[in-house]
Amino acid sequence: MSIVSTPPAARVRSYRTASGIEIWHVEDYTVPVLSVECAFQGGAAQDPEGKCGLSNLLTGLMDEGAGSLDSAAFQELLEEKAIELSFDAGRDRISASLRTLADNATEAFRLLGLAMQAPRFDQDAIERVRSQIVSGLKRDESDPGARARDRLNALAFEGHSYGRSAEGKIDELMSITRDDIVHQHGRLFAREQLHIVAVGAITPDLLVALVEGAFGPLAAKPQLTPLEAVSMKNLGRRDIIDLDIPQSTLYLALPGIARKDADHMPAMILNHILGGGSFTSRLWFEVREKRGLAYSVWSMLANRNLASLFFAGTATSNERVAESLEIMLREINRIARDGASPEELEQAIRFQTGSYALRFDTSRKIAHQLLEIKIEELGIDYIDRRNAEVSAVKLDDLARVGARLFGNAEPLIVVAGRPIGL
Amino acid sequence: MRDAPQVDHFRLENGLAVVVIPDRRAPVVTHMVYFRNGAADDPPGKSGIAHFLEHLMFKGTEKNPKGAFSETVASVGGQENAFTSYDYTAYYQRVAKEHLGRMMALEADRMTGLILEGPEVDSERDVVIEERKMRTDSDPAAQLQESLLATLYVHHPYGTPIIGWGHEIEGLGREDALAYYRRFYRPENAILIVAGDIDATEVRALAGETYGRIPVGTDAPPTRRRVREPEIRASRLVKLADAKVEQPTSQRAFLVPSHSTATGNEAFALELLSQILGGSQTSRLYRALVMEQGVCVGAGSWYWNDALDLGQFGAYGVPAEGVTLDTVDTAIGKVMQDLRENLVGDRELERAKTRLIADMIYAQDSQTHLARIYGSTLTTGGKVEDVAEWPVRIRAVSAEDIRDVANRYLAVERAVIGHLVKDAA
Repeated sequence: MSIVSTPPAARVRSYRTASGIEIWHVEDYTVPVLSVECAFQGGAAQDPEGKCGLSNLLTGLMDEGAGSLDSAAFQELLEEKAIELSFDAGRDRISASLRTLADNATEAFRLLGLAMQAPRFDQDAIERVRSQIVSGLKRDESDPGARARDRLNALAFEGHSYGRSAEGKIDELMSITRDDIVHQHGRLFAREQLHIVAVGAITPDLLVALVEGAFGPLAAKPQLTPLEAVSMKNLGRRDIIDLDIPQSTLYLALPGIARKDADHMPAMILNHILGGGSFTSRLWFEVREKRGLAYSVWSMLANRNLASLFFAGTATSNERVAESLEIMLREINRIARDGASPEELEQAIRFQTGSYALRFDTSRKIAHQLLEIKIEELGIDYIDRRNAEVSAVKLDDLARVGARLFGNAEPLIVVAGRPIGL
Repeated sequence: MRDAPQVDHFRLENGLAVVVIPDRRAPVVTHMVYFRNGAADDPPGKSGIAHFLEHLMFKGTEKNPKGAFSETVASVGGQENAFTSYDYTAYYQRVAKEHLGRMMALEADRMTGLILEGPEVDSERDVVIEERKMRTDSDPAAQLQESLLATLYVHHPYGTPIIGWGHEIEGLGREDALAYYRRFYRPENAILIVAGDIDATEVRALAGETYGRIPVGTDAPPTRRRVREPEIRASRLVKLADAKVEQPTSQRAFLVPSHSTATGNEAFALELLSQILGGSQTSRLYRALVMEQGVCVGAGSWYWNDALDLGQFGAYGVPAEGVTLDTVDTAIGKVMQDLRENLVGDRELERAKTRLIADMIYAQDSQTHLARIYGSTLTTGGKVEDVAEWPVRIRAVSAEDIRDVANRYLAVERAVIGHLVKDAA
């Protein structure tokens, strides 16, 4: 094995504010920029029944005015100092992302704090952001990728809140009131289970003080509705969404392997060999290189707090969908039956270990990586350990996870387009 | 505060230009090669050849046959890709710094050693046809965009899609690709950019052992022969109606100078104009159309300034439920007319300058982003020094400069308006 460059993990430090908020910090003054990534537990999966899209609407409103500042005044203050602030609702978490020039860090945290502590939720802003979300949902109706993804998700998690759209449903969005938004904000923006990572040009003392000022006054605990773990539904089902276009988008899904499962790392390596490693994977070679069936073909493992999936997908001419699907299923069956070769395993390990440092070359990327590590409770030293875990994967492990993932399940398949011969 | 990045640059004896952008924070490098040719250099009738060749560049050489290139990159944990623009074609790998020499050897080898034989040319053409179907043929908005550009540029190849017209892609073959390759892929037409944990001395040594061994071509270096766009005095409306459209939009585009063709500070003034008109939620269009009048759910503008030939400036509005595109057009027209007649405010101008200059500082946080800034600058008529000077030039723009370029170039009488609507039939 060649020498492997590792990212500068030793520089990650942990601090705690007066109210107990833990911050991971990488102090670096090379570029006068500070990137901050934050996550609150509970996202779109916490949208109440009949209010699908509430968390999305809430996060869309978080930069639309706070305290004595209406939307226009708030946006001007951000713009005057080139402060970038955004909020986003994922399935399991609300995230806040802040980027600022180092000189403006105090003002940036002041505006972040104001946004979280005293959001206005003015009615005109609610209507504006709601109409923007609805407009985006309408645009997605002609997007085969968005349509297929949505349907796949709905079928895979039928009956669970994970099965609903994280962006929202138009009729339910229309029924959301200001009280709903205020209530959801009160439930989710709290200090417990809050994760914060800061990377860049700021001293620890100042960082701790600014974080306490922004987050300290929030409620201590979020009020989360407990969700049940869910296993994937509708295995073996095939669903076609009719769209009058020359090319179909195809997705397939199977149950995945959880991040905390001992088999997660082998599963990640196996997926790399099958369809994760872009220019070298089996799917890439068989579907694109050899036959020219598609521009893009891929597979991935996706994890939510309470569910895991394996996905694969491609987009191919309507008349070639059947052939493409057959080849994808054949490759999945082949890797389940025969596993991978020693050369493939070695190549995958070399790629995964060698490329890890590439995830740490900007402040934002470092902050994102550390945030995931923190949320997944992998430990502040995970960066130093990770490549050894990758290198420990053996062929037997791949055979085992191949059987586990693909051994005895028929995938759920969704196609958007006008496929011929399915 | 440092507004501009620190870089070194030099040339190898065979003419290859080299730019080095040190960034010591992580032990990785971004290695890019830009060629000074793109889709606008496709011969007539061969649209898409620059992009098709970019795909074929992964097919192998004598030294690194089929698949070896990508396998080698993957075996050191590298990320790689390539992209084609109107004025340039670029290839890159991102690797741990100790593998830079191997990446250079690979890239130098395929600069002149490409071999195309066998069925891979045909299957790769199918891949490109699928790419076009994915990006354009399945998306009414992309189809409108294609027609809008074909109407805005009536003569110049910027009016032809980078990926090519469908019927011409189908006719592209091995000989077309090789002829284009031999014409443009040579050291004196290329720019090597290395950003990351390395300095100019190391790059010079590694590049000398690899790229430095490529001989200079015997024939004259390639020149770009671009036709000039005529002066069009007509406004035009391009309309695409499709049953799948659930969200209509209106946009308008204008031919304007790029940094390469502009005189004086026109291009800098246009950059600020675009920011003030539609660059953010505090912009004129967003304020007027979305916040005050409520006729749109979204509105903004764009300025394509890093073009070798004439650039383009545009504005768009996404109507709110029940609002007609005519209403949107009237509202956009009014906002733009005001900028042509009146001076922007001091605070507004200062805010726009701060925002644009901050972008250059943020860019220094990303070696890949910086490498791309240099790559596009140097392949579209700019110099290394232009990047460093850019913040100074932005700062010097006055409110009068902005009104003047708006007045000179953004007359609706010369615009191409594009409407995307639902086909109710």
